[in-house]
Amino acid sequence: MTDDVEQAHPFGFETRQLHAGQRPDPNTGARAVPIFQTTSYVFEDPESAAAYFNLQEYGNTYSRIMNPTVAVFEERVANLEGGAGAVAFASGISAQAAALFTLLQPGDHLVSSAALYGGTVNQFKHLLRKMSVELTWVDPDDLDAWRQAVRPNTKAFFGETIGNPAGNVLDIEPLASLAHQHDLPLIVDNTFATPYLCRPIEWGADIVIHSATKFLGGHGTSIGGVVVESGTFDWSNGRFAVVADPSPAYHGLPFHETFGTYGYLMKLRAETLRDLGAALSPFNAFLFLQGLETLSLRMERHVDNAQAVAAFLESHELASNVTYPALPASPYRPLVEKYLPRGAGAVFSFDCAGGRAGGQDFIRGVTLWSHLANVGDAKSLIIHPASTTHRQLSDDELRAAGVGPGTVRLSVGTESVDDLTWDLEQGFARVAAAAGQKVGTA
Amino acid sequence: MTDLARYQDPLTIQRVLHTANTIAIVGLSNNELRASYFVGYYLRRHGYHVIPVNPRQTEILGQTCYPSLLDVPEPIDIVDVFRAPDALPGIARDAVAIGARVLWCQYGVINDEGARIAEDGSLTVVMDRCLKVEHARYVGRMHWLGFNTQRITSVRAGLQ
Repeated sequence: MTDDVEQAHPFGFETRQLHAGQRPDPNTGARAVPIFQTTSYVFEDPESAAAYFNLQEYGNTYSRIMNPTVAVFEERVANLEGGAGAVAFASGISAQAAALFTLLQPGDHLVSSAALYGGTVNQFKHLLRKMSVELTWVDPDDLDAWRQAVRPNTKAFFGETIGNPAGNVLDIEPLASLAHQHDLPLIVDNTFATPYLCRPIEWGADIVIHSATKFLGGHGTSIGGVVVESGTFDWSNGRFAVVADPSPAYHGLPFHETFGTYGYLMKLRAETLRDLGAALSPFNAFLFLQGLETLSLRMERHVDNAQAVAAFLESHELASNVTYPALPASPYRPLVEKYLPRGAGAVFSFDCAGGRAGGQDFIRGVTLWSHLANVGDAKSLIIHPASTTHRQLSDDELRAAGVGPGTVRLSVGTESVDDLTWDLEQGFARVAAAAGQKVGTA
Repeated sequence: MTDLARYQDPLTIQRVLHTANTIAIVGLSNNELRASYFVGYYLRRHGYHVIPVNPRQTEILGQTCYPSLLDVPEPIDIVDVFRAPDALPGIARDAVAIGARVLWCQYGVINDEGARIAEDGSLTVVMDRCLKVEHARYVGRMHWLGFNTQRITSVRAGLQ
């Protein structure tokens, strides 16, 4: 029996992105992660079935709640982020909703950074309010604003490691301390950094959310999301009856008391995922796993290219306000050095000369960058937020999100960097030509 | 501060899991929703002989329940403790007296004196760890629910 004992060894990130969460399939020896394309699982006997449904045994019941392929993806992300575990979802936005629904009740209050992905702004502003959850937007750089926003019914702080698209970097460590002083968890969307560039749990964050659709998958093939929890937040601190008290949705089970470290994650899976039903498909989990195997390699290249493209734009006369936070002139440079020493991601924006029309002309001029509403693909992507992702926002909300009428958002891919700057020059040529025409006809 | 890492060595934990047969659970509840019941149920399911120790019950999980470790009429490999930390020294003394091999203290059951008594009596001590979680991590199916087992291996396992 002692032959089975595994040596403890601190494996590196690059090893864990290939191996964590999976060992070769015991039945077949398959080295790749098998795609378990099944809705359901045959029980050994009635007692086993009961044990699985009672959560007394780790067992597969139904793929809306768990699936062996999805579980490999979940454990791998949890391992890379340094969490106790993870639960995957059909999209990043459903992962975020589920993370919040697990700890919120009607009448609760959320304090959130105002500099967020437009889809998140919509979810908080409309869906959460429809559920009678109150919301306060704060300037993420202003710690006093977070402090002053706390109310007796506040249940969490929310921010993005690197804001979309303004490139603001969240000062996670003091924000986590402030949250914990008020017995609150800090929830961080780490989509733009990925665990290779920043691991928020190491700085005190309690819950980490990803849109796996972006860099984790990395190839623009699949929609998915994942929630990681640290396992160290005290959900029995008196503020979270919804997590700590006997659950009416699970025959009186007090999730945090019974499962301790794993209480929030168990509730997130056994109740929230069960009842929202936004399960990640096994095939998409498989594709995400293919992406994760090369995460560090891709991120190194993304960051190198982003740095070069940002420097190119900063020196271009038709571009201004380049928000790449690693630039020497960026106010976020000290936070980049602290939280993102390997690089500040690959998504940022700049303001194109000519305002709204200039931004649109620029996009008409490029031929290699793909004009679409996504980020984090190995291919370089470009979009004009004011007419697409942030279209539903008012002018004030646009400004709060750091978006101007001529703002162009880039997601820098892993192509030959000279080709990327060559194509951007094509965009600027189009802007210059259009401006010249207007001058000529005036 | 207790040096908990000293009582959480992964190799020691795996050897304990692989060599034990009989586990006395001190403070086992007969309430199905309590953590101790989940652990007792799980360990029985995985083939361990579980002996409840709780002065307020006569039978739990279909097994005879004893008021104290000293009343258990058979040899015990692991004494698994679900009690307040300050109860640990007394339990450790009993564990030494009955010749148990391991004193396993569940999450939060941290007490230096209790650990020292057990170690002086040649028991292996594991502290602030859950016996069910560690079994599920190394032997069971914890990874089926997306938990971070922290295991990295390319060795093919047997059927699960």
